[in-house]
Amino acid sequence: MSLLKLDHVSAFYGASQALFDVHFDVQAGEVVALLGRNGMGKTTTIKVICRLLRHRGGLVLLDGQDMAQVPAHRAARAGIGLVPEGRRCFAPLTVHENLIAAARPGDWDLPAVAEVFPRLAERKNQRAASLSGGEQQMLAIGRALMTNPRLLVLDEATEGLAPVIRQEIWAAIAGLRRQSGLSILVVDKSLRELGRVADRAVILQKGVSVWTGAFGDLDPDLTDRYLGV
Amino acid sequence: MQRETWTNLAILLGLLIVPLWAWVTDEPFTITLATRAVILAIAGVGLNIALGLGGLVSLGHAAFFGIGGYAMGVLASHAQAYSPLLEWPILIEGTKSMPMIWLVAIIAGALLALAIGALSLRTTGAYFIMITLAFGQMLYFFMISWPAYGGEDGLSIYVRNGFPGLNTLDPIQFFAICFTLLVLVLWLFWQVNRSAFGLALGSARQNPDRLRAVGIHPDRTLLVAFTISGAVTGLAGALFADLNRFVSPTMFSWQTSGEIMVFVILGGVGRLMGPVFGAVLFVVLEHVLGGVSEFWHIYLGAILLGVVLFARGGLIGLIAGRAVAHG
Repeated sequence: MSLLKLDHVSAFYGASQALFDVHFDVQAGEVVALLGRNGMGKTTTIKVICRLLRHRGGLVLLDGQDMAQVPAHRAARAGIGLVPEGRRCFAPLTVHENLIAAARPGDWDLPAVAEVFPRLAERKNQRAASLSGGEQQMLAIGRALMTNPRLLVLDEATEGLAPVIRQEIWAAIAGLRRQSGLSILVVDKSLRELGRVADRAVILQKGVSVWTGAFGDLDPDLTDRYLGV
Repeated sequence: MQRETWTNLAILLGLLIVPLWAWVTDEPFTITLATRAVILAIAGVGLNIALGLGGLVSLGHAAFFGIGGYAMGVLASHAQAYSPLLEWPILIEGTKSMPMIWLVAIIAGALLALAIGALSLRTTGAYFIMITLAFGQMLYFFMISWPAYGGEDGLSIYVRNGFPGLNTLDPIQFFAICFTLLVLVLWLFWQVNRSAFGLALGSARQNPDRLRAVGIHPDRTLLVAFTISGAVTGLAGALFADLNRFVSPTMFSWQTSGEIMVFVILGGVGRLMGPVFGAVLFVVLEHVLGGVSEFWHIYLGAILLGVVLFARGGLIGLIAGRAVAHG
């Protein structure tokens, strides 16, 4: 059974329809890349998965459980860990406080997160607002891990980061996949880096999932037609 | 140690030394003034949990202060009249025991805050301020029109309630009780502030979606904080009524809510000792300037204006720096 399954999902912002027909699944231990040009519905899909936006049509299932009536905080407790676009750490809190504020019991604790991101341990008493973009991204991933998720959702995982830091983040994501067997749904524009970690890809076009398959099967025709690369 | 820690210790020590000195020099009025400052500080700490940690600008905290006061007034008046509070379906007698009265005041404050918070927290910003103000004023007018407990004239209690092993009529002993409770309430604030709950609370108002995304319900977090805040303010109300041996609907008025907020803003919103410093300053100004002019609030207003414009971290922030440290 899929860990996450979206079945013909549609969603609206007020009267404006953003998702028309999104359908894909994420298996346990699998890394799935959600692709598409800007404004195609990637972040909206993530909001629906994390219950920050309610879908109007179709089904969202987590481990077979219908998420239609599940509020966002319960979705997080059910095992969906979100790393939102733009990091969005709790700026006035320190690194340590950011990590413990949302911590729940499980394998992921402070030492485990520090092992993945040693820099967070070095900066534990520093306020999140004073961290660099890369460090904030590490903190956002660390904070999501501290909720002990089954599915980690990363929206624009390396957007706006320096190349060296991006490599560090990708190495950490690859390490997470290898060591913990965590299911990961990731949105990013870097196909080359995604290719190193993702098993499968889903392409969104104007709120519709138009292609799903093994990441290796993405050919230049597809990327040219749907991603503009 | 941080400068703020030293400042906090100095304030607490000063608040302890002044009444002790007054006790040695036989100045009971000064002890009463210090006791009044301590009790108002407890109310301020109560509001600081909601306002300072949760960002909830409540103009209805007089409701909890008043309910605590009336918990004391009602229980003590029945005890002094030897008439039961309730005869059916169970017999409930009045009491002159302070611990019992505190317990009732805390529970009453918490339950009222839970009810008001559950409705008010559906709104934000100016609407939240107005709805809390409206609840406070509703209770104020209700108490005015409730003749059973004195109506507009209030309720007098002839003898201060008792505490096992202490003579509460002795000003220094009553001060000691209030000061101990203030220390306990400050410890509670400190514990809440440094806990994971406190960290979530700080983020609940600013980033509710971010908090939801990590599995925490922001509204419930705020409601718990508002309830704790109401309970602490209720306790302050009971002590205030015991200090004056009198309760009246004024305790519920919006001016009382405003004064509690002034303590917090003067001292420093979200700071451990902010409301204590604010309450002490308020009582000192009330006493010193009140002797010079009956319009002493004008001077208080000028000071408040100065703090808001030039000392955004409150007067403690002015001494110790602007940043508020968690834990």
